[in-house]
Amino acid sequence: MSSVPTAVPAPRDIAPATESSGVLAILHEWVVTVDHKRLGVMYVATGLVFLVIGGLEATLMRLQLAWPGLTLVPPDTFNRLFTLHGTTMVFLMGIPIVFGFGNYLVPLMIGARDLAFPRLNAFGFWVLLFGGVLLYFSFIGGDGLYGAGSAPAVGWFAYAPLSERAFTPGNATDYWNLSILVTGFGTIATAINLIATIATMRAPGMTLGRMPIYVWTMLTVSAMTLLVLPPLSAAQIMLLLDRFLGAHYFDTQAGGSAIIWQHFFWFFGHPEVYILMVPGFGFVSEIIPVFSRKVIFGYASLVAATVAIGAVSMSTWAHHMFTVGMGSTLNSFFAVSTMLVGVPTGVKIFNWLGTMYGGKLRFRTPLLFCCAFLFQMLCAGLTGIHLAVAPFDWQLTDSYFVVAHFHFVLIGGLVFTVFAAIYYWFPKVTGRMLSERLGKWHFWLFTIGFNVTFVTMHFPGVLGMPRRIYTYPADRGWDMLNLVTTVGVPFQAAAVLILVINIVYSLRHGAPAGDNPWEAWTLEWATSSPPPAYNFAVVPAVTSRRPLWDLQHPDDPDGPHE
Amino acid sequence: MNSGAARGRAGVIGFIVAETSLFAVFVVAYLFYIGKSLTGPFPREVLDLPIVGTICLLSSSITVALATRALAAGRIARAGAWLLVTVVLGLAFLAGTAQEWRRLIVERGFTIGTNLFGSTFYPLVGLHASHVILGLVMLSLCLVFAWSGVLKVGHASRVELVSWYWHFVDGVWVVVFTVVYVVGR
Repeated sequence: MSSVPTAVPAPRDIAPATESSGVLAILHEWVVTVDHKRLGVMYVATGLVFLVIGGLEATLMRLQLAWPGLTLVPPDTFNRLFTLHGTTMVFLMGIPIVFGFGNYLVPLMIGARDLAFPRLNAFGFWVLLFGGVLLYFSFIGGDGLYGAGSAPAVGWFAYAPLSERAFTPGNATDYWNLSILVTGFGTIATAINLIATIATMRAPGMTLGRMPIYVWTMLTVSAMTLLVLPPLSAAQIMLLLDRFLGAHYFDTQAGGSAIIWQHFFWFFGHPEVYILMVPGFGFVSEIIPVFSRKVIFGYASLVAATVAIGAVSMSTWAHHMFTVGMGSTLNSFFAVSTMLVGVPTGVKIFNWLGTMYGGKLRFRTPLLFCCAFLFQMLCAGLTGIHLAVAPFDWQLTDSYFVVAHFHFVLIGGLVFTVFAAIYYWFPKVTGRMLSERLGKWHFWLFTIGFNVTFVTMHFPGVLGMPRRIYTYPADRGWDMLNLVTTVGVPFQAAAVLILVINIVYSLRHGAPAGDNPWEAWTLEWATSSPPPAYNFAVVPAVTSRRPLWDLQHPDDPDGPHE
Repeated sequence: MNSGAARGRAGVIGFIVAETSLFAVFVVAYLFYIGKSLTGPFPREVLDLPIVGTICLLSSSITVALATRALAAGRIARAGAWLLVTVVLGLAFLAGTAQEWRRLIVERGFTIGTNLFGSTFYPLVGLHASHVILGLVMLSLCLVFAWSGVLKVGHASRVELVSWYWHFVDGVWVVVFTVVYVVGR
C-alpha cells in the first residue's frame, strides 16, 4: 500500500443528503436505518433507558431493605424485582451499551464506512430491543390466561430445576427464557459482524499492531461472544424443551441433573462479565492517553493482556459453584484459573498508571471517571481474588459480600467507564460538548453515592446477610449498614438525572465541538462531528498507532518509535 | 481485492464458530446423560446404525465441492448437475432420519418425554436435521438459480460459502454419529 492517502468519493446512493422534516419522517428514517452510527446511538440509548429502569428496580429493593421489617415491597414482588434488575442490567443495559459503542466506534476507528453487514446489524439491534420488550411484557402476560400476570421470579440465572414447570408454573419464566434467547441471537449476529468488519475492512496501513486498543477489546469480546453465548442459547432451548415438550434435561425425578444448568449457565455467565468489562478497559485505554498527553504505555502488553483475559476467563466459570460439591480437584482448578485472570488485569492497571505517570494530566470529566475506575476496579479485583479462594467462598457465597463485589466490578468498573466514554465521545456523536460543570457534579455525586452504597454493602455480607432476602430481623447488627447502603442510592439517582439533563441540554445548547475537541489521535476524530453517513470522504493511510498525530506532525511521525 | 468476498468469508466463519459452540453443548449434554436414563428403552435396544444416510451425507460434501469447482470454472450446467446430486443426497439422508423417527415414535412409542435418552437424542439429532434442512434450502436456491440462468461465474465465492456451511453440517454429523450411534450405543 502506498502511504499517500487516497481520496475515495462518497458512495453515490447516499451522497445527496435529503433534509427530512416532521416527526414521522425522522422516525421512519431511524427505523429503517442500517447506518452503524445511528444503530450505535439507538443501542446506547436503549441501554441507558434500561439502565434507568433497572436502577428504579434496585432503588425499590434498597428502600425495602433500608430497615428491618419494612413492608414496602411484598416478598413475591421482591423476587421479581431482583430477577428483572439482574436480567435487565446484564442483557438489556450492559450488552446494548457495549455493542452500541462497538457499533459506533469500531468502523470509525479502523477507517471503514460501515460494518461488514449493515442489515444484519439492524437485525441485531431490533431483535435486542424487542427481546427487552418481551421481558417486560411478562408483567402483563406472565400468568397466561389466568390472572393479572407477573414477571419472572427465578433470579437472573434462572437455575433449573427451579425454573422447571413444576416449580415455576405460568408463563413468566418462559418470557425470561424467550426474551434472553432472542436478544442472544441479536448479540451473536452483532459479534459476527464486528469480527468480519475488523478482519476485513481496516484502512490501508491499519495493521493489527496499529489498531486502537478499544478495537482490540471489541475483537476479543466478540470472539468470546461467539464461544460462550450459543451455550446459553442451547441451555435455554433445553429449558424450553423441558417446559413445553416434557423433556427431562433438568428433571431430577427422571435422573436429570440439578447441577448441569449451572455449568451451562456460568460457562456463559462468567465470560459474560468480561464481555461487559473488557470494552470498558478499552474505553479507559483510549481516554487516559489523550488526557495524559502521552502514548499508551506498553501497547503490546496491553493487547496481550486483553486477549489473555478473554482466553483465561473462559475456564473460570465454576468458581460460581464452589458450594455445590464439585470435589477438591475441580475446586482447585477453578480457584487457580480465577486467580490467574487477575494477572493480565493487573498488567492493565500498570499500563494505565504508566501512561499517566509523568503525563500532562487534564482532569476533564472523562479522566475523572477513569481515575475513579482505576481505584474501584482494583478493589473489585481484590475482593474477586478473595472469592476465588474456595474456602472463603464457602463462607461468603450468596451473601451481600458477593453482591458488593460484582457491583464494584459492573458499576465501579463498567458503568464508570461508560460514563467516561459518554463524556468523551458525545462531542463526536452530536457535534456538541457536554457541560463540564454538570459533568463534575455528575462525577462527584455518583462516585460518593456509589462508594457509600457499595463499600458499605461488603460489611453486612461479612456479617452473614444473605442476598435475595426481602427483609431481615432487627437483631443481626445489619440495620445501620443497610440504612447507609440505601442512603447512597439518592446520590447515584441524582447523578444519573444530572447526566440525562446534561445530555438533553447539551444536544441543543452545548458548545460546538469541532472535529477533534480533545486533541485525540485515533481515526474517529479525523472526520467531522457528527460524522457524515459515509464516515470518511478521504480514508487516511495509517502509518502508526496515532494516525492523527502523524497527520499533524509530518516532521515527527510515531511510526519509527513503535 | 474483492472485499465483499472477504467479508462474506469472515462472516460465515464466525457463524460456523457460533454454531459449533451451540452444538457442543447439546453434544456435552448427550454425553453427560449416557447411561443415566432410569427407564428404557435404551439406545442399544432401539437405535440402528444409519449407514446409508451417513454415506449419502458425507458423499454430498464431495459433490458440493465439485459443484463449486465447476462454477468457478464457468461450467454452470455442470455446477447445476452437481448441486442437484447434492440436494438429492441430502434429501436421502433426511428421509433416513424421518424413517428412523417414525419407527421410534410411531412403532416404539419412544418420544422426547420417555426418558433422558429420548430427551437428549431428539434435540441433538433434530438440531442437526434442521441444519440439514436449512442447508438444503440454500442449495436448492442455488440450484434454481443455476437452472434459470441467474447463476454466473461471479457468484462462485458466494456458492462456496454455502458449501462451507454444508461441509460444517457434515462435520457435525460425524460428531453426532460418533456420539449417538457409536459411543452412546
